[in-house]
This record gives sequence, structure tokens and C-alpha cells, in this order.
Amino acid sequence: MTARHDVVLVGGGAAGLRAAIEIAEARPELSVAIVSKVYPMRSHTVSAEGGAAGVIAVGDTLDEHCSDTIAGGDWLCDQDAVEYFIGEAPKELLRLEHWGCPWSRQTDGHIAVRSFGGMKKMRTWFAADKTGFHLLHTLFQTSLKYPTITRYDEWFVTRLLVDGDQRVCGVVAFELATGRIETIEAKAVVLATGGCGRVFPFTTNANISTGDGMALAYRALAPLKDMEFVQYHPTGLPFTGILITEAARAEGGWLLNKDGYRFLQDYDLGTPSPTPVLKSMELGPRDRLSQAFVHEVERGRTIDTPYGPVVYLDLRHLGADVIDAKLPFVRELCLKYENIDPVTELVPVRPVVHYMMGGVSTDIDGATPLRGLFAAGETACVSINGANRLGSNSLPECLVFGARAGRAAAEFAARIRQPDGSTNTQAEDERRRLQRLRGRTDGRDRIADIRQQIQQAMEDGAGIYRDHETLAKSADTLGDLAERVATARIDDHSETFNTELVAALELQNMLDLAQAIIASALQRTESRGAHQRTDFPARDDEQFLAHSLARRERDGTCHVDYQPVTITRWLPGERVYGR
Amino acid sequence: MAETITLLVTRYRPDTEAEPTIAEYEVPLRKDWAVLDGLNHVKDQLDGTLSYRWSCRMGICGSCGMTVNGEPRLSCATFLTEFAPGPVRVEPLANFPIVRDLVVDIDDFLRKLPTVKPWIVRHVDWVEDGEYLQTPDEQSAYKQYSMCINCMLCYSACPVYGVDPDFLGPAAIALAQRYNLDSRDQGAADRLDVLIHPEGVWGCTFVGECTRACPKGVDPAGAIQRYKLTAAMQSVRALVLPWSAR
Repeated sequence: MTARHDVVLVGGGAAGLRAAIEIAEARPELSVAIVSKVYPMRSHTVSAEGGAAGVIAVGDTLDEHCSDTIAGGDWLCDQDAVEYFIGEAPKELLRLEHWGCPWSRQTDGHIAVRSFGGMKKMRTWFAADKTGFHLLHTLFQTSLKYPTITRYDEWFVTRLLVDGDQRVCGVVAFELATGRIETIEAKAVVLATGGCGRVFPFTTNANISTGDGMALAYRALAPLKDMEFVQYHPTGLPFTGILITEAARAEGGWLLNKDGYRFLQDYDLGTPSPTPVLKSMELGPRDRLSQAFVHEVERGRTIDTPYGPVVYLDLRHLGADVIDAKLPFVRELCLKYENIDPVTELVPVRPVVHYMMGGVSTDIDGATPLRGLFAAGETACVSINGANRLGSNSLPECLVFGARAGRAAAEFAARIRQPDGSTNTQAEDERRRLQRLRGRTDGRDRIADIRQQIQQAMEDGAGIYRDHETLAKSADTLGDLAERVATARIDDHSETFNTELVAALELQNMLDLAQAIIASALQRTESRGAHQRTDFPARDDEQFLAHSLARRERDGTCHVDYQPVTITRWLPGERVYGR
Repeated sequence: MAETITLLVTRYRPDTEAEPTIAEYEVPLRKDWAVLDGLNHVKDQLDGTLSYRWSCRMGICGSCGMTVNGEPRLSCATFLTEFAPGPVRVEPLANFPIVRDLVVDIDDFLRKLPTVKPWIVRHVDWVEDGEYLQTPDEQSAYKQYSMCINCMLCYSACPVYGVDPDFLGPAAIALAQRYNLDSRDQGAADRLDVLIHPEGVWGCTFVGECTRACPKGVDPAGAIQRYKLTAAMQSVRALVLPWSAR
């Protein structure tokens, strides 16, 4: 059976839902489908904590938000996209306010803003420390208003259908509950499946963040941009990897080493002051803070635990009132998962993989080189984040570019003919592939074992610091694992809610993305933002003021080339924090 | 502390089994392991065919609700040590049809949710005019109801929903109240009919199990009781003032 819609959105987090609402409002004559492997309100947007940046405060300017973002991204951001993004962000956040998002308020009822890392002014809107949760539920509940939005909840997309003219004509997906495999035809497809933090062993990302949208695009031969830039957030809880929001430091938290010393002062991030200073010390950018941690480990100034070295986040001086008002979720998470009360105790933290700056290469409209294929949110790379994203820029990115990609996809869909069925053979091939995989009885290694080895190779090769030798070794390891991924063991042959089949398909996605990350990192022989090469420690604007584009060759290998960065008003310079 | 603990897990594969069975798995007992970590150990190391939902593992996505030793719980926020030396019974959420193993069918809630119009209703709305002012006090009037993660523990705990699946249920009513009590909203009248329907608030016999089950501190029972008062007032006003009650 074939279903048919004008626009299919793959993923139902902030970007996907924002796109859906935009299309439903702007073009109610179009049929929109959200296809998501989880119910939309389960999407990983739900875990975002600290806030969403948008210039609103008196004394703040769009230009300052632009320059913070561009310097934070080590000049790898496309500046036309950054300017558009920063101009739109306050409007989008306001729209969310009108849709009911419970933004935290000042006593007079106006929106409150807080400080955030790398930002020169207070401009981060927040809903206590559950901003992503409130934003996602507001979008989801608002989306229920629109009759033109059809949802495919718990459907897993396994392939993009691309015709001979490089036009995307829809997707193949299966319904988890029944195992039913369907072709969903579409005039335009928007990928909004979030990031791929699960490619690494220690991540803040949810179990679902396996980069499915990036992998779908990559296998359809669309390029992935800037995949070597992986953000380590400086404060994750050991063992679980649960995020402790940057807002904890914005509200005044300190990072201490084993001697109780605010170690960031030793890494050109400023001098300690009892109250937080913008763009200084604990409010530096995430890449620099995570790098400082590695040096503390090397100097033997961290604390050893069964889950690796940690430093301490000290919130005690904030007091229970501030913590309960501004950081209640932080307290809840520490109590629940560490049995520690941050009001009276130090919180052990360590850097943790958090966010992909890279993703499916798009232009400012969210359009990819494949006709009819769009992407938005963490899945996409426009790029506004460059080599290092500033905290609280990702939620507004989902809104701004979700809306824009939705609009662009709708306009494309409105003026193009219906797909002519020329991809039916592809769809049939995909159906047979899925049926074969589900029925396979001669698989070898356990999925979890292979997954663990992919993750280990990524941590070994593509950690906070990299060099040629470790990257090349990881590339070899992943090459060896490819064969084992292809023959992974599947014990579950049921058509009903087969999560092992899903895991097998996710494993393939993760391997493809791991290879793209390693290939991109190997070839960038410079250090910039979150990509630090110990064998090439300097930034090299001559050669690498450029986006990498990782393309899959027909033989499955990854080829990397480059495209220039768009520079408009902010010429590359030194990144200055705390001085 | 013993080194392992036994999980007694409900298995049900409708393609091959007429009814649910119980499987026994021995998993490591570690002080920082949640029930979910135990299930993941089973899935990854012992039996890849076990099906259950999970995602964020930090108690916010609402995916992993299960019945643990008879109580509806989030399996990512319920620790194995609570049940040492074991065994721990892990069953699907009660009151829902079982799809497979620990996965239940929650589409009934997804069908009911839009009927309470869980969005801001405004007669006129211009984003260009800037933000709606809302003081922290005005926000606190509805804030706790906005904390619902749709995990379905309250439906699983609700004795009314157990015998009357048409009952609108705790989370949907709490979310209706979340918008009714929001100073920006003008939709209370639009939500009246579905809430005062016999399957709406009047279906609730005020057992309060929903509030006890909620892992996020939402008080659906309080929302329902409070709305009963609103609804009763509306009925009285409709008798006295038939033309202007709404």
C-alpha cells in the first residue's frame, strides 16, 4: 500500500513540529505528515534544559548576538545564515510564548533572560531548567489544532526514495506496532531527526539519538557538512551521562578541581570572581571548558572515580532558594541519579558528548542538493554553529530553521508535480531488504557488542583531542566492523514491535555516521573550535576556513571535500574570553 | 549486597503466544542501576527479543512507564536496590492493551488529548504586539499542571479508567486545566462540554491514585476536584442566567 502526502517530515521534535505547524498555517491546502520512531513528545528536544537565546533585553543588540555566535563557532559559521537566525530567534520565541510556553518571568510579568556560556549579554530565555520539555510539549499540543497534520507515531523510516533526476519522492517506513512496511510518497521531505550522540559511549543524548536522518541523507548521496565538529558539554553526570545544564554555571556555579581550585583561570578564560562574569571563567564556551578538563586530567588534578576522572560543580553557595527556583531539575537529577544534594554537596561532572555541529548540508532555506529534500535542527548543518555551538542557540535554531525549511518545502511541494511512481522498484527492493533482515537466522555478533565497539572506536579516535594516528586506527576499526554490522545477529523475527530490528537498522546508521566523522576529522589538519588536533594545534584559515563535505561514494567509502565559509562583516580573529 | 537480582518480566508475543508468560532473568545488582539498566542488560546480553520503550533515561521523556512490583513507575527512575534482594516483578502498565512484552497501546490517550483543546485559545492573537505579560504568581496558577510528561502512570493507577475506558482520565483533564488556568487563555468555555460530560470530571470518584502515581508532582486529582466546582457553578449559572452562562 502507498500513502501520499505533499510534505513528509521525518522526526517530530522541535524542528519537525515547528515545520509542521508552519506548513499547516501557511498552506492549509497541503497535506503534511510527521513520521517519527517515537511519539513526538518523547523526542530528544524534551531533554534540553538551560534555555533558548533571543535578543530581547534592553541594551542587547542583534549584532552582539551575531558576533558572540561567530566567535564562539571559531569563524566557521556562515554569517548570512547567522544574521538571519539571530533576527528571527526573538520572533520565534515570542511565537512560542503566544502558544503557551511557560517562559520564566520577571516580577512585572515580562520575559526573564539569563546568562549563558560565550554570550556577552543576558539573552537566554528559559522555562526554569526544563526549557526543552516545555518547548516540545507546547509545540506538540499546539500541533494538535491542525487537521491537515497526519501523524505516523512509532514509524521508522528506513530509506529515502530518489528518482533518476535526483529528486526525492518519498520514504519507505515501517510501523513498529504491526511491522507493516509502507511507501509514503511525498513531493517534499524534511529531515528533522536530531543528532547522533549515541555514536559515542558517553553522551547526554537519549537512546533514540542515532542520527537516522543524517544517515538517510548520506545513503541517498547527499553530503554531510562539518561532521568532525562534535560538542563535548563540560558537565555531565558520571555513569549515566545525564546533562547538568550550563544554566547551573550561569546562575553562579563554579568548576573546581581536586584541590577546590577554580581551574579555568589557568586556561586563558579569565580570573575568578565570586559572582558570574559574562564570557569569562565558567561562562566560557563549551569547547574551551572541555579542553581545560583534559589538561587537568594530565596534570593529575582531577578526582578518580569508577567511571573515570571527574571535577566538581559547586552550587552550594547559591543556596536552596535559588537552586529550587532556577535549577529545580538539576537538584532532582542529582538527588535521583547521584544521591547527592547540590545544596550541600559537590556534584561530580565530566565532559560528555552532547551535540553535533555538523549534519546534512543545507542552504539557508534548509534545502539539500537533492531536489525536494530539506533538513532542519540538529540533523542539518546550515551552518550557524560553525566549529562550536554556543549553549542556548540550538532550541531557537530548531524553531527558526524548522519554520523556514517547512515553508521552503511547502513552496516546493506546491509547485511540483506528483511523483510518477518511478521509484516503485526502489521501494520494493527496500521492502524485501527489511523482510530479509527481520527473517535472518544466520547472523553472528550481538548488536550491543558491535555498537559498543563502534562507540569505543569513536571515543578513542574522535575525542576532545585527536591526532592522525588515533583517527587512522579508528578508521581501520570501523572498516573491520562494517562487515560485522552487515551480519549482525537478529533473534527477534516478530512483526510486532520488533525493537531488535530497529536496533539493527540504527546500528547501520551509526556506523555510516561514525565513518563520516572520522574521515572528516582525519582530513582537517588544523585545530578549530571543537576539533582539536594535537598534531596540528593551530587554526589554519589559509586552508581550512571551509566547510567539509563528506560524501558517500557508490562503493560505500567516504570522500571529503570543502566549500567556502560565507564571511560578511565579521573577519576571522582571535577568540577572546575573560580578558 | 548480593551481586545479582532476579527480574521476573512479563513476556507476550501475540504472533506466537495466546497469553502472557513470565520470564526470569538474572541481572547485576549495582547501586546506581535503575530497573531500566537491568532491562537493557537483558536486551543487550541475554535476550535480544525483549521489547520495551525507553529513551531519555532521565525521567523526562515519559517513555518507560512499567508496573514494577505492582506499582506504576518510570523504570529509568526506579532503582534495583529498592527491591533487594529481589525478585523484582516487571510488568506492562495496567489498564492498557498490551502490544508486546512491556509495550502497551496508549493511542486511547492520544485520541482523547485533542478533545480538551490543549493549546492556547485566543479570540484575537497578534504576535507582533509582543509578549503577553504573566507574573510569576499568574504562572504558578497553572505551572504544576504543565509538568505532565504524558507517561501514563496516572491512567495505569486510575481505578475508574480500569473499568471504564471511556473516562477522559487524569492527565487529559489536568492538561485541560493547565490551559484553563493560564492567564493568556480564553478557551475555558470551549473545553466545558468535554469536561462536564459524564465521562469527563464527573467520571472521577476521587480515589487520588493518579496524584500518588505521578512522578512529576502533578496533582491531577486536585485538578479534577477543582474543576468539578467550576462545572457545578456553571450549571447553577446556566439555570439562573440561561443566556449568559457561557
